[in-house]
Amino acid sequence: MCLGIPGKVVHWLEREGAFSQAEVEFDGVRRVVHMACVTEAELGDYVVVHAGIAISRIDPIEAKRIFETIAGWGDDEGWRPERLEEPEAPQ
Amino acid sequence: MKYLDEYRDPEAARLLLDEIRRVSTRCWTLMEVCGGQTHSLLRHGIAAELEGTVELIHGPGCPVCVTDQEAIDFACQLAQRDDVILASFGDMLRVPGSRGSLLDARTAGARIQIVYSPLDAVQLARKHPEKQVVFFAVGFETTAPATALAVKQAARDQLDNFSLIVSHVRVQPAMESLVQAPDNRVQAFLAAGHVCTVMGYESYESFVEQYRLPVVVTGFEPLDLLEGILACVKQLEANEVRLENRYARTVQAAGNQSAQDLVREIYQICDRAWRGFGVIPEGGLELCLEWRQYDARTRFSEPALPVLGIDECRSFDVMTGHLKPPDCPHFRKSCNPESPLGAPMVSSEGACAAYYRYGMTASH
Ligand code: SF4
Repeated sequence: MCLGIPGKVVHWLEREGAFSQAEVEFDGVRRVVHMACVTEAELGDYVVVHAGIAISRIDPIEAKRIFETIAGWGDDEGWRPERLEEPEAPQ
Repeated sequence: MKYLDEYRDPEAARLLLDEIRRVSTRCWTLMEVCGGQTHSLLRHGIAAELEGTVELIHGPGCPVCVTDQEAIDFACQLAQRDDVILASFGDMLRVPGSRGSLLDARTAGARIQIVYSPLDAVQLARKHPEKQVVFFAVGFETTAPATALAVKQAARDQLDNFSLIVSHVRVQPAMESLVQAPDNRVQAFLAAGHVCTVMGYESYESFVEQYRLPVVVTGFEPLDLLEGILACVKQLEANEVRLENRYARTVQAAGNQSAQDLVREIYQICDRAWRGFGVIPEGGLELCLEWRQYDARTRFSEPALPVLGIDECRSFDVMTGHLKPPDCPHFRKSCNPESPLGAPMVSSEGACAAYYRYGMTASH
C-alpha cells in the first residue's frame, strides 16, 4: 500500500499547480501520473509514484552513495560503482 | 528497472550482510515499521539470513491491517445500496469486517470496483453521474495526499456524487503507543521510507530524544534494508541514539511540502481506532469541516451497526512484535489467504501473508 515505484518523467501534459499531470515511464510502460506534489521535476528525472501520484523526486547523486560506500569494503572481485548507470541527461 | 534493480545487487547485499554480522556482538531486536519492508525482508531472504544476528519484528505499518472492523462493516453497508458504487484498493476486498468482507458483499450483489488510485475513483464518479461513488480511503501519510487531491478534483469538477470513507492513519502515534507499552521489545526502528518521503523525518528528533531509541529512515529494496539494519546495529553497538536518513535519494528532512500542504488543506488530525490496538490518540486523519460534505458518513444516514462477535485474529500481538505469524495458533489452519481470519493474512503488506507466501513455517 505504501510502496512507491520509481518511473521516468517523459512528457508533461499539464504543469499547473494542483492538477499537474505527466506521462511517466515504468519499465517501458507509460502511465499518466498526477504531479501536484512534484511540479519542479524535469523531463528525464525519476520520481517515486504512489497511488497514482508522484510523491518525490529521486536524487541521482544520493542514489549512488551506498554503492560508493560499500565499494571500499569488497575484494577485487566485488562490486564496483561503475556498474551503476550514470544519471541520464534531461531530455 | 533503474533505482530498483541495482538495489538488488546480490554481491553488494552479501557485503552488507557480512558487515552486519561483523559489527554485531549480540542479537538485536529491530522493528521495521512498514509492511512493504516486511515483505521485502522475507521475499529476499534477509530475515532468514540474519537469524541469530538481528531479530526483525514487524510493525503496525500496514494500513489495511489496522483498518477498524467498523469501517469495513460501514463500507459493506454502503456497497449494498443500489445507488452506490464502492471503490477500494484491491487489498481491502478480502479483509474481514465483523459481518464479512467487501468480497462477500460483492458476491451478494454489491457493486464494488477496485481502483489503483483515488483519482480513478473520481473518474468513476464522472462516468456514473447517476450513482454515488464512495472511495474507501485507507492509507498512511503516503496515501493521504492522493486522496486529498481526489477531493480537490471532485470539488473542481463540482461532482456531488463522490465521497470518502476516511480511514487514514498516522504512523508516528502508533510507534509511540508501542514503545510506551511496558512489554515493548523494540530496540531500534527502521522508519517507513515512503511515509517520510511525504512527512519528512524532523518530527522523529523528539521521538528519538524522548524514548532513547535509534530511528533510521529506510527504503524498500534489499540494499536499502540492509543499510538501514547496519546503521541501527552500529548505533546499538556503540550505545548511541540517533536519527539517521538512509533513504536520502528519496527522503528529505522536511519531506514534501506540497504534499503536506494538500493534506493540511483537506484533513485534520483526529483520534482513531486501530484494529487490534484500540483508539490511538492523534492516530488518524479526518476531513476538515470545510470538506465534510465529501465524508460518506455525513452524506449517508445509514444506521450505525454494532460490531459483531470477537476478533480471533492475533494481529495486535504480531504487529507489536510479541508473536511471529507462524506461532499464531490459526496460521495455516483456520487462517490462510483464501479464508483469512485477519487482515495481515491477505493484505499485500500483511506480515502473516508474507510468512505464508515465502514459506516461513517455524518461529524465527
Ligand atoms: S495468522 Fe491469521 S489469525 Fe493469526 S495473526 Fe495472522 S491474520 Fe491473524
